Amino acid sequence: MPNVMIRVKDDGGLLFYIAKKDQEDEIATVEKDSDSEWGGEVELTDGSKYYIDPISPRPRFPTTLRFKRAE
Amino acid sequence: MSNMTREETEALIQEVLEVYPDNAKKDRAKHLTVNDQEVEQSKKCITSNRKSLPGVMTIRGCAYAGSKGVVWGPIKDMIHISHGPVGCGQYSRAGRRNYYVGTTGVNTFGTMNFTSDFQEKDIVFGGDKKLAKIMTEIEQLFPLNKGITIQSECPIGLIGDDIEAVAKKTTAEIEKPVVPVRCEGFRGVSQSLGHHIANDAVRDWVLGNRDNDSSFEATPYDVTIIGDYNIGGDAWASRTLLEEMGLRVIAQWSGDGTLSEMENTPKAKLNLLHCYRSMNYISRHMEEKYGIPWMEYNFFGPTKIAESLRKIAAFFDDTIKENAEKVIEKYKAEYEAVIAKYRPRLEGKRVMLYVGGLRPRHVIGAYEDLGMEVVGTGYEFAHNDDYDRTIKEMGNATLIYDDVTGYEFEEFVKKVKPDLIGSGIKEKYIFQKMGIPFRQMHSWDYSGPYHGYDGFAIFARDMDMTLNNPCWNKIQAPWLKSEEEPEAAAAGA
Repeated sequence: MPNVMIRVKDDGGLLFYIAKKDQEDEIATVEKDSDSEWGGEVELTDGSKYYIDPISPRPRFPTTLRFKRAE
Repeated sequence: MSNMTREETEALIQEVLEVYPDNAKKDRAKHLTVNDQEVEQSKKCITSNRKSLPGVMTIRGCAYAGSKGVVWGPIKDMIHISHGPVGCGQYSRAGRRNYYVGTTGVNTFGTMNFTSDFQEKDIVFGGDKKLAKIMTEIEQLFPLNKGITIQSECPIGLIGDDIEAVAKKTTAEIEKPVVPVRCEGFRGVSQSLGHHIANDAVRDWVLGNRDNDSSFEATPYDVTIIGDYNIGGDAWASRTLLEEMGLRVIAQWSGDGTLSEMENTPKAKLNLLHCYRSMNYISRHMEEKYGIPWMEYNFFGPTKIAESLRKIAAFFDDTIKENAEKVIEKYKAEYEAVIAKYRPRLEGKRVMLYVGGLRPRHVIGAYEDLGMEVVGTGYEFAHNDDYDRTIKEMGNATLIYDDVTGYEFEEFVKKVKPDLIGSGIKEKYIFQKMGIPFRQMHSWDYSGPYHGYDGFAIFARDMDMTLNNPCWNKIQAPWLKSEEEPEAAAAGA
């Protein structure tokens, strides 16, 4: 259950940063991404998947959230 | 020597790895790679931030070095106690040449060494009482200090001293911030974790100190310089450019920095991050907590400076954007003269780098401005995000090495035959004795600054002074010279 800081990249993409591991990857897809909710399964560009219960309304980034490892 | 192809470079890595036992070979192979600009994510080709292999010579430092030596040490108006045996503080004292203004011993303490000088009895009975006593003494002797940090050395963690409790007690007593930093040397694999721990200590003990204090008058043009340690005056050379643009630099982290500057940083409009590796943590935190955007910039060499100045200006209004162009224009004649003078003398020379933090990728632009080529680069303590950023800067088929061992570095140099090497003091004399021009790129070889337009002129002069020094032809004894003339010429050219 890593604590993840999500921030907006210069080009508008979302960066997924795991402070503990100093790992920074871009988010490729998010299961639910609308103004009313954000979350579900999150896939990173390197193929790894994480899960978070959808948050509503959509959080303001940057923010730190607690994810679960999917699969 | 002409450039190596991808196959040749790969073959070189295999050849160098040949001497290791199987396990070591498998481990080291992951840390060496041939650059491929196509690769998006460095973790597919290089492993970093792993424990060094026992038995090889590594050039890394420890967490204490990362905290006391890099992040906290340069804060000039605080006293940094090297808590533990005397050696760690003494041997790292003032070695990084973080310049500052002030009267040492009165209101600034940068080059002084404060230590609790642990003895056997402190290990046996604990050092907390001694620490409290030291801090009271410091307060008497140096009343103008603005605060104290306790930089733990290895034994503190091993014997389990409660420095946080002492810190809290002393804070109440002397009414100044006392920051305990748990940066025992054994933590982590390199100094990198020390940076992180130091950043976390700043976050927990300093950053929020003035959250409810509105006496600081902010302007819309407030920026901070983060991750510039003012080595040989670097931060000053950067600061002048930003100020000429019409921005107001309200804090320098941490070269020539003060405690109040750090406390006021959350009031800035933009954090400018030079050394990504050592201070991205705190920048991320400030972005989340205070909503201050941050950006990485690069002040090495005119091409990158112009790029960075424009990128910085894009955060502000049109006046600043115009001013950025004016600044670039103003220095144009100056840096063009530098390039005109030195480029013919340095054109086509090949450089290998092995440094820490930001330099293995940041200085590439400066070398390219002088017509030189970086053929190999590597970090002591980088993480994958650093290599992600490096791959784009380096040419294809160049060597990238992570936490290179003494043996590997020497073998690479023997085969690649660069004209210049930039690395640290521990490597300097080995390569100089091999007859290869060398610059100490951690503290600019007692020169500097290298940042900014002013710094670029010094950088170019230093590279020329080293590379074209007549001494390189005199490396070989005269009576050996006649037979081996061609080799000497190749090494010394």
